[in-house]
Parts: sequence; C-alpha cells; structure tokens
Amino acid sequence: MTTMTTTLDQLPTGPRARVTTLQLTGAERRRMMDLGILPGAAIEVALENPLGDPTAYRVRGAVIALRREQARQIHVEVEGG
Amino acid sequence: MTVDNLVSNPAAHPASACAACPMYNGAQLTRLGINMTDWDFVVALAGNPNTGKSTVFNALTGLRQHTGNWPGKTVVRAEGGFLYGDKRYKLVDLPGTYSLLSTSADEEVARDFILFGQPTVTVVIVDATRLERNLNLALQVLEITDRVVVGLNLMDEAKRHGLQVDERRLARDLGVPVVPMAARQGEGVQALLKAIDEVASGVFVTQPRRVNHRDPQLEGAVSQLVRQIEFAFPGLPNARWVALRLLDDDESIERAVSDGTLGQLTQTLTPQTAPAIRLELEAVN
Repeated sequence: MTTMTTTLDQLPTGPRARVTTLQLTGAERRRMMDLGILPGAAIEVALENPLGDPTAYRVRGAVIALRREQARQIHVEVEGG
Repeated sequence: MTVDNLVSNPAAHPASACAACPMYNGAQLTRLGINMTDWDFVVALAGNPNTGKSTVFNALTGLRQHTGNWPGKTVVRAEGGFLYGDKRYKLVDLPGTYSLLSTSADEEVARDFILFGQPTVTVVIVDATRLERNLNLALQVLEITDRVVVGLNLMDEAKRHGLQVDERRLARDLGVPVVPMAARQGEGVQALLKAIDEVASGVFVTQPRRVNHRDPQLEGAVSQLVRQIEFAFPGLPNARWVALRLLDDDESIERAVSDGTLGQLTQTLTPQTAPAIRLELEAVN
C-alpha cells in the first residue's frame, strides 16, 4: 500500500486522510487545533462546494468548513492512492 | 420537561417518604430563577457549543434561558440561582466554546470567568457522542481549576448511535466526577446536583489530570515566570496558567499583564510592579 502526501485543498471526495503537519502559525494554528485539526487527526471531504470555496470537511464527528487558503496549509497523507 | 414533575415544595414530601424515590430526592432542589441574593457557592457552566448547556441551566434554575441550535447563542453569560440541600447556589451559564485559548469574544468571557471569577465549582458539559472533540475543553478547564464536575450529556443520543461510554473509567482518568445525563429528559440532573454539592463542600476531593510538559527547559521558564507573576500579582489564583499563556504568545494575556488589568480581575492590583514583569518577560522570550 502506498501513501500519498498532499495538502487538504487537493483532497478528493471519498478517501480518508490523516493530518501530518499544520503550516499555520499563531492564533490561526491554535484555532485549527481547537477544532480538532492537528497531526494524527482523520479528515475527509464532507461537502464539496459547487463554487469551489469553501469546502466542508468531516473531522472528529463534526463538519467544519475551511477556505482554500486555510486548507492549503494543512498537510495530509492518504493511504492507498 | 420531565424534571418539572420532580421539583416541588419540599414540605409537601414528609421525611418518611421513601428516600430512594426520585420524587423524594427531587424535592431537594428548589429553583430560584433570578433570585440569587446571598449565595453560598458559585457554579460556572462551561462546554462546547451545542452540548445542552443551556438545557442544564434551565433544569437547575427554572429559567427559560433561550435554547437553540445555532452558534453564539449565549453571547454573554446568563445567571440564575437554585437551592440544593441547605445551600444557595449561583449558576453562571458561559458561552459555548471549543477552547479557552483562542481569542474570540465568547472564549474570553468563558475564560475570564473560570480563571478570575473563581467559581466554587466549574461544571463542564460534554457531548457523549463527540467525546474526542469535547475533552479538549475539559482538559483546558482542568488546567485552570481543581474543582470540576463533568456532565456527560446526550447519553440518550449516544445510546441511539450504539455508543457506550465508560463513565467510571473517564472519571478515573480525569480525576473528577463524571455524571451521565440526558438533560432534555431530566435524566442525571439529580446526580449532577449531588456531584456539585460534594465537590463544593469538599466531600469529594478531585485529583484533576494535568498535562505534564516534561520539558525541563520549559518547566524552568514557567517556574521563573510564576515567581515573577506571583510577586507582581499577589494572590493571583492561576499564575502557572498565566505563565504558560505568556510563553505561548497569548496577546490578550500579555496585555492584561503589562497594563495591570490581570490584577484588577482578581482585585489584587499592584500596578507599580506591572512594568517590571514585562521587561523580565522579554528576557525570557
């Protein structure tokens, strides 16, 4: 089984990914972590937006909408691929 | 609401009534609504958004604090009173937050009250169906205060989803009482009252779980800061927590330290020493 690493904004609907790194700093980083998005967390696309932005993600039992710029700074790995 | 049936005039129930009957035990609660004069204990009610905090608040006070499913509903804190046993309690419903560390207005209200309002007991309502998410706030509260009761709410929904929560194990791991509840149905309200009463009166001594940072350099910086903070703000209840926030670059705490409002919050202001601490801080950073 191969592991593919990418950023969250590139994650397609379907596969479940695991957060590896947050490129954010300061209050924004803190906020992500409080929402449960931190290294090790499982995350997947919950709802795609026809307009492309924002996208809703499912993480730790809740659905959270993130803008593309935010999602781009969250690194994930997808198993399989 | 079922709990309404449980609450009535204590005199209506003779002491000979079966002590195990919920009807009898329910009689120990008298809701005082907004009548909160001369309270013995202050209880803060914290929790993530949408965990049923306001439902618990209403069940205890008899008030109709608006409940509803949208973010930021409880923008400022709501207060109410109740009588349990022979003690008068003031209950403060804090805004629902995921954290005490980010800097939204809601989180600041909740954080400042738990930190500096010095409630006798802080009740953290957690969603049994989303424990992993909810325990973040519970652990943050345990960092600030010893006297905590966890209300494990929405147990009915958890059961419906086939989830089992081992509340005894959770209580042991957190070091504080954990009360399973379905507040909408009035279930667990009596047990919550009992736990609050035991922690408030010191019958139950909590042993809260604290995150051990283990890094000697960090611990060194923290204890150095704690000494300085305690010197500048004598009697401040949570110097260690303040020190950790300063090292984490928390701007609002930094401001409160440098302009002396930190001391005002606990009524032990010594503004003369505040500038000194700022200088030392820069040295540590």
